[in-house]
Amino acid sequence: MNLPAQKAHVDNQSVEAITPDRCQLSSDSCNVTTSGLDLAEHFTSADSLSSRQNQAKTSVAAQPQSVQEDEALLIQRICAGEKELFYDLIKPYERAVYVAALSVLQNESDAEEVAQEAVLKAFANLSRFRGEAKFSTWLIQITINEARMRYRKDRAHLYESLDERDTDQEGDYFPKDYADWREIPSECLERKELREALLRGIASLETKYREVFILRDVQNMSIADTAKALNISEANVKTRLLRARLMMRDVLAPGIDGVWSLGDNSWKKVRPW
Amino acid sequence: MEKGETMVSRISTIDCEHVILAISDYIEGEVDLDLHDRIKAHLAECNHCLAIHDGTRNVLTLVADGSVLEVPAGFGTRLYSRLNSILK
Repeated sequence: MNLPAQKAHVDNQSVEAITPDRCQLSSDSCNVTTSGLDLAEHFTSADSLSSRQNQAKTSVAAQPQSVQEDEALLIQRICAGEKELFYDLIKPYERAVYVAALSVLQNESDAEEVAQEAVLKAFANLSRFRGEAKFSTWLIQITINEARMRYRKDRAHLYESLDERDTDQEGDYFPKDYADWREIPSECLERKELREALLRGIASLETKYREVFILRDVQNMSIADTAKALNISEANVKTRLLRARLMMRDVLAPGIDGVWSLGDNSWKKVRPW
Repeated sequence: MEKGETMVSRISTIDCEHVILAISDYIEGEVDLDLHDRIKAHLAECNHCLAIHDGTRNVLTLVADGSVLEVPAGFGTRLYSRLNSILK
């Protein structure tokens, strides 16, 4: 998809045009603990994972109406002059804003600065927010746009533009043929190596895949919210998500199966394909 | 179902490529019942696709709590300090 440079600006028209959706974003939207788990025991089927994710989202989505009403009231009062209430409005989304910026920029310092800018911009434009979308989606969209502008500004001379990369074919991705990764050894889950491997995996993704993966799978945003925040179609979100997940699996599987359990830089390939 | 076609042959018709294309939706429980059954049957017979399914599902499990991406220490303090400059 083409993403013209001018789209990167906070476009109040498009922001206001966002329609309400299903799932409320939260910085602590999922509390699944992986430590010490045998995945084969806990998630034996696709349905199980689906249930887990639905449960994780439900913990946030169960209260969207009341949350949105509370936020609408807060916004009214802020716009009427009680500016200090903006702290309360922003507080639940601090982390989400930072992580959204990081998904584009991959640099903590830049992400923090952009997160701050996005919050300030949200405050400056709050009177234009009409409540047709969830506040969280609107805020994340502002953040993504700010981050993309920063990305272009800082790296235009170094890398191809996001516009060019967004025109790439979303071709099929064929996963590598690593050994089984049916279980995650419990000792791996608590190691810092695992977190570092996850971070390396996320960093290795192209921006357009990383954005989707982080918003959807790390932040647990809904497909609809992710599409709106990134200004792409839901079908495009799903296509990118599939690819991102398969690439993450390819990055992590050899480590899980080999490096950490064997202590060297190789893994045993047990299948011929 | 065509005459003479058995349930086993019908659900076995999906190939690896199509399973992988649908694996993400399958894991999220967002495929229809027919496709779900065909993928499930395929996974029961194909260790290659099963390994991809399990690995992909494991990735989602590992990142699901969001803790892999931590907010820098003091982030909130610095954010509110900056907000203070315009709110007060």
